[in-house]
Amino acid sequence: MEALWSPSAKPKRRGQQLHARLSVPHMAELNAVEIRNVSKVFGFGEFAFAAVDEASVSIRQNEFFTLLGPSGCGKTTLLRLIAGFEYPTSGEILLNGEDIAAMPPFKRPINTVFQSYALFPHMTVAENIGFGLTMLGKPKQDIKDRVAAMLKLVRMEALAGRRTSQISGGQQQRVALARALAPQPKVLLLDEPLSALDYKLRKDMQIELKRLQAETGITFIFVTHDQEEALTMSDRIAVMSSGKILQVGNPREIYDAPTDRFVADFIGETNFLKGRINSVSGGIADVETPVAGRISATVPQDFKADGEVTVVLRPEHALLCPPDQPPACQMTGTLENVVYFGTDTHYHVRLSDGETLFTLREQNKPLQGARFTQGDRVGIALEANAARVLRN
Amino acid sequence: MARTFSIRRQRGFTTIAMICFFALYLPIAVLVFYSFNAGDSLASFDGISLRWFAGAFENQQVIDASLRSLQIAAVAAVIATIAATMAALATTRTEAYRGLTLKYAFINQPLMIPEIVTAVALLIFFARIKIWTGYSGLGYLIAAHTAFCIPFAYLPIRARLENMDLTLEKAAADLYATPWKAFRYVTLPLLWPGILAGFMLAFVISLDDVVITEFVKSAGQDTLPTYMLGQIRRTITPEMNAISTLFLFLSICVVTVFFIVNRKRV
Repeated sequence: MEALWSPSAKPKRRGQQLHARLSVPHMAELNAVEIRNVSKVFGFGEFAFAAVDEASVSIRQNEFFTLLGPSGCGKTTLLRLIAGFEYPTSGEILLNGEDIAAMPPFKRPINTVFQSYALFPHMTVAENIGFGLTMLGKPKQDIKDRVAAMLKLVRMEALAGRRTSQISGGQQQRVALARALAPQPKVLLLDEPLSALDYKLRKDMQIELKRLQAETGITFIFVTHDQEEALTMSDRIAVMSSGKILQVGNPREIYDAPTDRFVADFIGETNFLKGRINSVSGGIADVETPVAGRISATVPQDFKADGEVTVVLRPEHALLCPPDQPPACQMTGTLENVVYFGTDTHYHVRLSDGETLFTLREQNKPLQGARFTQGDRVGIALEANAARVLRN
Repeated sequence: MARTFSIRRQRGFTTIAMICFFALYLPIAVLVFYSFNAGDSLASFDGISLRWFAGAFENQQVIDASLRSLQIAAVAAVIATIAATMAALATTRTEAYRGLTLKYAFINQPLMIPEIVTAVALLIFFARIKIWTGYSGLGYLIAAHTAFCIPFAYLPIRARLENMDLTLEKAAADLYATPWKAFRYVTLPLLWPGILAGFMLAFVISLDDVVITEFVKSAGQDTLPTYMLGQIRRTITPEMNAISTLFLFLSICVVTVFFIVNRKRV
C-alpha cells in the first residue's frame, strides 16, 4: 500500500508538497504528535473558560492512543486542536516534530472520523472515499486503485456505487473510516466513532478498528467516554478531566495504579478509604485507617506522602470472610446488598464506621450458592499489595 | 386502538376545504375561460377563439413590457440570489453569536415594511439621483427589484443551510479541501436546490411587482403588470384576460421546471 504514490509523481499542489515534507527520515525517533502546554480558552473576561488547560502529552508512532474522560472534559476540544478546527490559545502542537498549531486543517496530513460520520450525502460511497485524494490532486488512476483498496480493506466492495443515505449505520461507519484512511494520513483522529452503534456492532467495530490500525500502521488517536472501550482497545490512555490530563499510561497502569482520585473513580469501581500515613519505605506506605486498621499501600512515584491520605482498593482485590477473624479479615461490616452478575457477584458492605460503603466482587464458582446473604455481618480480607495511596 | 386527533376527520372539513379552493381558483378559472372568448365583451361568451392571444402577440407594447419584465426579473433575481446566498452562508455557517437574530431581522425587514413606504422612499431617493447623474435607465428598477427580492431568495436558502450538517465542511477541510474547494464541491452542490428555489421565488416576485415598479419607473418603462394596470384604467378587453392567462402559464412553467429539477437531486 505504501508504494501506491510513486516518488516520481510531481508534487503539484501544496498539500502534496506538505506530505512529502513531513515524511522526513528518522521519523520513528520522533513522537507522532506532541502536545506541549496547550490551552484553549473560550470566551473573555469573567466568562473565560479553559476547555483545555495546560495539557501536555506525547503520542508515539503507530500507537493506539485514547483520550478518555467524561463529557465536557476537553477531550474533543483537544482532538479538534490536533485536527486544526480550533487553534490553541497557547502552547505547541507538533506533528513529527513540526509545529502545526497555526496550520489550517486542509494542510495537515491528519484525517478525522467524525462522531456523526459527516459523509457527503451527494456523493457515492466510492466518491466519498476518494474525496481526500481528489482534493490532493492525485492522478485519476491512482485514486481509483486506492479507493478499490480501501473498499476492500473495510469490506465494502459491493456497495461502492451506493449513496451514503442508502447504507446502514455500521456501513456508514466503515465508509467514514475508509475515507479518512485513504489519503494515508500520518495520524487518524477518531471522535467517539462507535457511540452511535448498537452493542453488538460496537464490539465488532472495536475489533475492526484494531485490525485496521495494525494493517495500516497509522497512529490512531481515539476519543471516548467509555472506559471499557478505552481499556480493551488502547496501547495507552490519557485520562482527562476539566481540561487537564490527569494520568497517561497503558490500560493496566491506568486501572491498577491510578495516581489520582478522579482516575481511580472514573475507571472501574473503586473503594476509597481515608487514613493517616505512619511511615513510608521503598515506595510502600504504612497507612493507619479507622475502618481497616493498618494497610500497606503503594505510593505513586515522585510523590511525597505524609499526613492524611486516601487509599484506593479495587472490588476484586478483597474477599468476604466470616467476621471477627483478625488479622486476615481486617474490616467488618454489614452486607447491605448482593448483586448477581453471572460471571461474578458484587457485594456492598456497610463498614463499621456506619458511613463507608465498600464494594467487593467475587468470581462465581460452579454449583456454589451465595456464601453470605443480605444483612449478615461479614469480614473483609484485603489482598496483599492491592491498596494504593492517591495523590489527592 | 385509540385514534389520535386529526383535523381531517372533523365535521365540515371537506366542505370548508372546498369553499377555500373555490374562492382561490374559481375567479382564475373564469379569467382563463374568458380569455378564449370570441366576442368583444367581458360579460357574454360568444364562442371559442384565440383572437385575443393573437392580438396580444401583435401588440408591440405588450411585447415590450413583457420583455422588460423578464429582463428586470432575470437580472434582479440573479443579483438577489447571489446576495441572499452570501447572507445565508454568513448567518448559518457559523456558531451562534450575539446579534445574529438582529441580522436575521435586518435581512427580512423588507417583508415587514409596507411596500408603499418603500416605493415612496425609492421614488424620492431615485429622483435625487436622476437629477445628479442624469441617468434614467432600467438600473433603478433593477436595483429596487433586487432589494425587495433578497429576503424572498434568502428564506429557502437559509432553510436548506440550516438542515445541513456543519460538520460536512469540516470534513471537507479535514480531507485537504481549501475553503473555496469545500464550498465548490460540498456546500454548493448540497445548497443548489435551495439556491434554485430562492431564484425562482425572487424571479416570480419581481415579475409580479406593481407598487414599487409603478413608483420607480420612468416614462416608457412599463413592465407587464404596470402596463396591464394602465390598460385597465381605460377600456377592459378580453386581451387583458389573454395576457393574464399567458402570465399564469409562465408562472406554472417556472414552478414546474423547478419542481422537476429539484426532485432529481435528493
